[in-house]
Amino acid sequence: MIRLTEVAKEYPRSGIALAHISFQVKKGEFVFLTGPSGSGKTTILKLLYMDDRPSQGEVWINGVSSKNASGRDISRLRRRIGIVFQDFRLLEDRSAEANIRFTLEVTGAPKATIRSKVARVLTQVGLASKATSFPRELSGGEQQRVAIARALVNDPFVLIADEPTGNLDERATRSVFQLLRDINASGTAVIMATHDLDLVRRSNYRTIELNHGRIVFDSSESPAPARRFDEPLEIHDTPTGTESI
Amino acid sequence: MRSAREALTASRRAPLLSALGVVTIAFSLFAFGLFGLVAINIRKALDEVEERVEVRAFLSDSTDIESVAAAMKDIGEFPEVNRVDYVSKDQALERARREMGEFADVFEAGVLPASIEVHLRPGQRSPAVVKAVADKIKTYHFVDDVRYGEEWVEKLYRLRNIATVAGIALGVAFATVAVIIIGATIRMTVLARAKEITIMRLVGATDMFIRLPFLIDGLVKGVLGGLLALLFVWIANRVVNEYFIQTIFFNRELVFVGVVGGALMGVLGSLVSVGRHLRRV
Repeated sequence: MIRLTEVAKEYPRSGIALAHISFQVKKGEFVFLTGPSGSGKTTILKLLYMDDRPSQGEVWINGVSSKNASGRDISRLRRRIGIVFQDFRLLEDRSAEANIRFTLEVTGAPKATIRSKVARVLTQVGLASKATSFPRELSGGEQQRVAIARALVNDPFVLIADEPTGNLDERATRSVFQLLRDINASGTAVIMATHDLDLVRRSNYRTIELNHGRIVFDSSESPAPARRFDEPLEIHDTPTGTESI
Repeated sequence: MRSAREALTASRRAPLLSALGVVTIAFSLFAFGLFGLVAINIRKALDEVEERVEVRAFLSDSTDIESVAAAMKDIGEFPEVNRVDYVSKDQALERARREMGEFADVFEAGVLPASIEVHLRPGQRSPAVVKAVADKIKTYHFVDDVRYGEEWVEKLYRLRNIATVAGIALGVAFATVAVIIIGATIRMTVLARAKEITIMRLVGATDMFIRLPFLIDGLVKGVLGGLLALLFVWIANRVVNEYFIQTIFFNRELVFVGVVGGALMGVLGSLVSVGRHLRRV
């Protein structure tokens, strides 16, 4: 479903961001991408939703290859991918409901289906009662739930989440994470970049760790994934929000 | 349809920005329009002066009227010639007395020779053409002298060329400034909606789909700005007419061209602004 083969990414000014990245994600899998700031997590996610193309190697996702994807292919691909960010990226001038409706409208969904789809995802994320609230009237956790609802509304096969809990307190983090688990349980693959090692430790999902643009650890290839986190880790990682696109 | 609605919604969300956009476009087109008005009036004035370019052949006293009539017929058939008039001795005297009232007494009957006046067609009044016609007329044996204000024709022609070149250069400059201002105005709208554009792209809206509302926005602002500019120019023209000099206004075709030009500039401005933004996000 998703395959990265010997992917490298180099930027003209900042140099090498990724090198020798190869991994696959199966249908319905949950994958954590971890690693310090600047290790390449966000770059990998950007390559997945084709906001950027690799300098070398190939990103292959749901039948679309980074080597020959046209603008139209990318638009079509993104309608099948849900994307969630640390800073929610909601439109402040419209309600939760309208934010979700916006996604359907701009992707040309049939008008008759919009209302029921919006209601369904709002119920799914537990915000049916806040449909008409504006983002500023919602807590951080609630805003992220709206963003997740927006990502889900087109029934994606994969949800890509870039530090989705980075701006949330512990309680909101837990509930948002639980929501992502539920989504995954219903069959949607989830790829989540995070530096919240607590979350990673508490679950048994596959973990890919990056450092300096290389994969330093992939639990699917290691017999004992938990071992890694018993070691003292050198983490100089603070949520700065600078890894946004 | 949805794009039109989206464009309208955007204007309703930021009415001040939209109004400011229309007014900015209107003022830049107003400057362009004023320049246009000056240009067509200068052209008209030059045309009027040019109409007076004529070749005058003075006839010797002994010429019989039949020869003159035959020559006039010949000359009237030159491709450059519009009209040929005969001015008799008496008419010449009368005209001279009328035009130089103070010195009316100086002219005595029979002093001034008879002449034929050759009026040239529009577009056939350049110094070279005028000279060629004059030379041809000189070949008639009963023509004593041919005058066409050589220096004056050359000066007028040079003035006309300068006016044309200056007009084109200034016109291009004004139009460029208008496009830049319109582009900047629409860029403000694009920036005000940058987040929306980013989200649209992330959820899979096509570039054309994102562009369309902005193009419509640019078109509407261009047309409204154009109409407003036209109103300003019309008022300015009225004021000038009332208090200063008689001027002409744009004819219907030029008004149409102006408004369509405004619309095109609006579309062009948005294409450039949105295109630049889409390449960046």
